[in-house]
Amino acid sequence: MKTRYSFGGDEHIFVEVDEEMSLDAFFKSLSITNAVRDSAIEGVTEICPANASFQIKYDPDVIAPDALLEKLKSLESAAENAEKRIGTRIVEIPVYYNDPWTHETLMRFRDRHQDPDGTDLDYAARINGFETAEDFIVAHHSNPWFVSMVGFVSGLPFLYQLVERERQLQVPKYLRPRTDTPKLTVGYGGCFSCIYSVRGAGGYQMFGITPMPIYDPTQEVNYLKDFMVFFKPGDIVKWNPIDREEYDRICAEVEAGTFTPRMAEVEFDLESFNADIDGTNRKLMEALYGA
Amino acid sequence: MALKVLKPGLLTTVQDLGRPGYFHLGIPMGGAMDRMALRAANLLVGNDEGAAALEAVFVGPELEFTADGTIAVTGGEIPVKIDGEEQPCWTALAVKAGQKLSFGFLTSGARIYIAISGGIDTPPHLGSRSTYAIGALGGVEGRAVAAGDELPVGTSEKAVAPGTSVPEEMRRKPGTPTELRVLPGLYWHRITDAAQNGFFEDEWKVAPEADRMGYRFKGGRPLEFIDREQPFGAGSDPSNIVDSCYPYGSIQVPGGTEPIVLHRDAVSGGGYFMIGTVISADMDLIGQLQPHMPVRFVPVDMDGALAARAERRTAMDRIRKELAGE
Repeated sequence: MKTRYSFGGDEHIFVEVDEEMSLDAFFKSLSITNAVRDSAIEGVTEICPANASFQIKYDPDVIAPDALLEKLKSLESAAENAEKRIGTRIVEIPVYYNDPWTHETLMRFRDRHQDPDGTDLDYAARINGFETAEDFIVAHHSNPWFVSMVGFVSGLPFLYQLVERERQLQVPKYLRPRTDTPKLTVGYGGCFSCIYSVRGAGGYQMFGITPMPIYDPTQEVNYLKDFMVFFKPGDIVKWNPIDREEYDRICAEVEAGTFTPRMAEVEFDLESFNADIDGTNRKLMEALYGA
Repeated sequence: MALKVLKPGLLTTVQDLGRPGYFHLGIPMGGAMDRMALRAANLLVGNDEGAAALEAVFVGPELEFTADGTIAVTGGEIPVKIDGEEQPCWTALAVKAGQKLSFGFLTSGARIYIAISGGIDTPPHLGSRSTYAIGALGGVEGRAVAAGDELPVGTSEKAVAPGTSVPEEMRRKPGTPTELRVLPGLYWHRITDAAQNGFFEDEWKVAPEADRMGYRFKGGRPLEFIDREQPFGAGSDPSNIVDSCYPYGSIQVPGGTEPIVLHRDAVSGGGYFMIGTVISADMDLIGQLQPHMPVRFVPVDMDGALAARAERRTAMDRIRKELAGE
């Protein structure tokens, strides 16, 4: 890992902790951004952590760009020794894989896809060495995922699967981005899953849809009354495959204000995870579903 | 006092100076594309510079006033009509209850700002009235204004003499070609020297895909990448990176072909590499570019960017002084 600093015009400093994705890079980025927040540097207006990088927006009339750069570098060395452990929550997200709405959309944009004659799921299964789309779906939801970034549009989470590199699933983004994606599509690009919080453009492959809103500017959804955005970096997610009947049932519950996502408080420690991935994931599952 | 929307124009939204502080959640700052024009419009009607006004793209709306007040229209140059009678833009105009505001065709620029004494008083959302349509925040129920809307207007605190105007030489207009100054950086090292030079040598044109989120440009040569094995998690295209944050003004080039400059309603991050960032001093100018207009990107260093920023501040101060009668 080699940290690279670059100015994004006169108002941003962009910091790439590593070129490639890893939880080590995520935790280092998180530690530095936490240190920046704790330092309450005058002139810093936005602190945005990402998967393996982060960005600081500042007012150059208040703090000189070079002075802020030096300050960030000093915080980087202090952050090296920070604990890679967080108190967080694990949340079950229901997913209706291979649903009719994303299917309709992906057929409409076939000319922008690597495989114009197939579907996104069949393509993803094939290039990741699975016999069938069903096998790929199982690999997608068997292990928990880690929210390593929130962004793109309103409250959209990027998720990284909690497995070793050899078991990671990878797919390219669409050749040309779509101009439409159904709201709450579960997507995939690079090694990341995402949930499209709102309807709109998108370049990730589409695998399914969740009935559970994750962004509500009107704050009418019962679990979004405190804040309109559901996810934050560090959240852990377990995808739960559901069928049409359950999808409809949850939609009705959300509408009625009676749906509450299943979740549990957990600790995540990167060192313990790296030492025993399957054991750590088993414990996460026990926290969510009971031993 | 209210503003009745008779015709909405093409895309007219309530905008102020935006909602900083939520970019880490994918909610952009938003607000007026051309900040200086918004500030000037507000000063012309006696409002705080950051009061909410209407931003209209290409085509002006038709509005009716329910009470007497003062309005001003800034940004692009456009014939302003009150009850059909032509009035100057960039000027404080007295209006009476029942009068109607309409517009001729835009003669330069792309966006106009319509300020009214008291400011538009739709409910703020996360500290701002700016409309962010993608996230359904701010404005009128999170959307652009529509025929039949009645926009509430606040109480005016300060009167400005009708006829007060911003002198022509203090207004900023895009040139031909418009020069947009860029601080190279971010993933600039990913393209070859020839591609780096070519990007600044070529003349680009604004593509039809140009909106509050970003402006796309066409017509220059495709960028050639330096060969590498793609980092884990990035995706296989050489223009892919592990999804990162995007600065406002950053220039991403999906597939190396058509640069996109992110603007006020920027997506906060994504998986395309960026070659640099348009400096803060030139962001307003982008908001006044129409499709097909020629553009050149001009490299500057940080000192150049800061000098340009100071120059813009001085220009705004001149307008403030002029309108304060100093």
